[in-house]
Amino acid sequence: MSVSPASPSHSEPFEDEHVSASACPACIAAPSAEQIAKSGDIKGARIMLSLPTAHCAVCITDVERELMKQPGVKSARVNLTLKRASVDAAGDVEPAGLIAALDKIGYEAHELDPGMLSATEADKRGRDLLMRMGVAGFAMMNIMMLSIAVWSGAEDSTRDLFHWISAAIALPTTIFAGQPFFANAWASLRGGRLGMDVPISLAILLALGISLFETMHSGAHAYFEAATMLTFFLLVGRYLDYRTRAVARSAAEELAALEVPRATVLRDGDEVTVPVGELVPGDLIRVRPGGRIPADGEVTEGQSESDRSLLTGESLPVQVLPGMTLSAGEVNLTGPLTLRVTAAGRDSSLHRMADLVAMAESAKTKYTSLAERAARAYAPIVHILSFSAFCAWAWITGGDFRLAVNIAAAVLIITCPCALGLAVPAVVTAASGKLFRKGLLIKDGTALERMAEIDTVVFDKTGTLTMGAPRPQNLSDLSPEALSVAMALAEGSSHPLARALHEAAAGQGVAPATLSDLREVPGYGVEGVWQGQRVRLGRANWIGAAEGATTATHLAIGDATPISIRFADTLRTGAEEAVAGLKAQGKQVWLVSGDVEGAVSDLAARLGIDTYRAGALPAEKAQLVSDLTQQGHRVLMVGDGLNDTAALAAAHVSVSPASALDAARTASDIVLLGKDLAPVSDAASISVRARRRIKQNFGISIVYNIIAVPLALTGLATPLMAALAMSASSITVSLNSLRLR
Amino acid sequence: MEVLLYSIPISLLLGGIGLGAFFWSLKNNQYDDPKGDAERILSDEFDDHPKQD
Repeated sequence: MSVSPASPSHSEPFEDEHVSASACPACIAAPSAEQIAKSGDIKGARIMLSLPTAHCAVCITDVERELMKQPGVKSARVNLTLKRASVDAAGDVEPAGLIAALDKIGYEAHELDPGMLSATEADKRGRDLLMRMGVAGFAMMNIMMLSIAVWSGAEDSTRDLFHWISAAIALPTTIFAGQPFFANAWASLRGGRLGMDVPISLAILLALGISLFETMHSGAHAYFEAATMLTFFLLVGRYLDYRTRAVARSAAEELAALEVPRATVLRDGDEVTVPVGELVPGDLIRVRPGGRIPADGEVTEGQSESDRSLLTGESLPVQVLPGMTLSAGEVNLTGPLTLRVTAAGRDSSLHRMADLVAMAESAKTKYTSLAERAARAYAPIVHILSFSAFCAWAWITGGDFRLAVNIAAAVLIITCPCALGLAVPAVVTAASGKLFRKGLLIKDGTALERMAEIDTVVFDKTGTLTMGAPRPQNLSDLSPEALSVAMALAEGSSHPLARALHEAAAGQGVAPATLSDLREVPGYGVEGVWQGQRVRLGRANWIGAAEGATTATHLAIGDATPISIRFADTLRTGAEEAVAGLKAQGKQVWLVSGDVEGAVSDLAARLGIDTYRAGALPAEKAQLVSDLTQQGHRVLMVGDGLNDTAALAAAHVSVSPASALDAARTASDIVLLGKDLAPVSDAASISVRARRRIKQNFGISIVYNIIAVPLALTGLATPLMAALAMSASSITVSLNSLRLR
Repeated sequence: MEVLLYSIPISLLLGGIGLGAFFWSLKNNQYDDPKGDAERILSDEFDDHPKQD
């Protein structure tokens, strides 16, 4: 899954293109477009966009119409189920332009790497299962029609004719539709295990064999409808199960595809875009403001500031000067930088962190799902029951093997786990659909069950409980003129503090002052001239102000004393509800952060969290989670940074927001698609309800068996009873699961 | 009972047509975006750009 689109077989043709590209400076843009086309193995350029906020008919029309308006776009199609748009466009269409156009009409969009998604495009297995399901359903209905005639009294040659027609439909159907079970059963038998599919296959084959034998000898009972019905209901369960997993897998692929990994390399003075996987130590790379640093490197040129919050949890940006070393994953904020790559790909610090996570994950004990536990208990019991019924009846009747085999088959058919096969997938489908509508994506099928067991929740601070976006606190200290000057200066920078200041001032209805000679000094701040005075907004040491303890920017107007504008992080929407909701459910809530004591204790007090830990290193976070686990707690970890990944992997179950770094999302079981944090507490309560439904479903199928098995064992079961028990239990279980919606 | 000679083949044929229709819809990607199709019916715009393979 983590296969980079820049596999060796692809990289060689690109190399050639770069040579020709540098020979022809005008076509530098072309290789990247062709690269997209090739990495997805498709004709023309297909651009895939993720649309997390699309949800209705209007969204579809708006997005498609807007995309079609863009020059070069040949066709655009929104898939609402996957929340994606696929665009066929001329080679020179840049995804960034499409994203900006959609942003203008109010839709959030992200570029997806089509190469990573190619596997989900052709959903062969799902279609295969669906087709088998259709065939089994068709056969079941037709045979049932004939069987009803038999049950209501068709006799002699008519009954035999009906049985023969049923056989003609049932035999090819079960052979075709039952293949997934037969293949699984064969595989588990060869592996020396007794899975759920062994009794299923045995029941189907025995039912067919006996019915055929009875039909040949003009017997009264044939189980053709039971065999096809069994196949049909079990295929429904199998398909639901597959769908949930396919959605989870495509979600994981989508997340991996979110960061199209490209870097701008300087080659012979030209800027060339290459996949990150092709970077080698010694390359000179250019990182623009707002860009993520693709590989570890030493700054050779440029001044800027760097946001390390995803790596360390620090909320303050760090000043960057030539000669400094930066790690992959940091975000360059103010000025363009040129870096000499010191370690790329596998060796970069980002990858080393990801490897740590992989280790933590493999050390995690493998979770046995409820379905697996049920299957493990179920298969031996059924086989023993059926076999002892055969022996007992053969002994009682003194060797009537036809009757004994009939009864043994009836036991197998009646106990067959139609309801058991639906019990888990039906509930999981209903629950994950409900969570998806709330903005939660479940990546792992057992995540729901694990979520239901948690009693402790550990939250990260920066980027999880807070937005990681600062907000000015003391704007009222500034005079109206000062505020309008500050706003005008802030307009000139894309630094997060400047943007936040501008946004807040605009929110108060302030009009920016008119400045001249506005320029940004990367790494320091912005300066300009206002009414003949020099005005500056930026770092304390540049302005000549005293350095404070909190995040702040400073404003100097002429020679007047500089004014400090202090910032605090904003709370993520829904953070209060999430914490309150989890506490109401009786969960213990922790706050763990790499940030300083003051900031952490303030937030803890504000959210009503009693237990917190500040200044925690990544290893300490993971240690806390495993300590809690050792004390017998089941921990849910919610975090977004690279410093949380080890803790996310170590926790019983983990959630990360979509804004989190790739590695953190990979390490977590559930991804929060929207900005709102409130669904986390919903997820906890829904998962508890889902587990209760699963257990109820098991209860229902056990009750059916308690009633039906004695009848089958005593030889009183008829095909009609088997059909009734089977369909009634399957339908009750499905309906019970739907109650979750 | 002669009626069976007609009714059974007819019922099988009708069922077979239904099955054929199901296969056809499956081959034509009609189950790729069930949610989108449910919403598209509400849109006033005619869909002149069906998904191409």
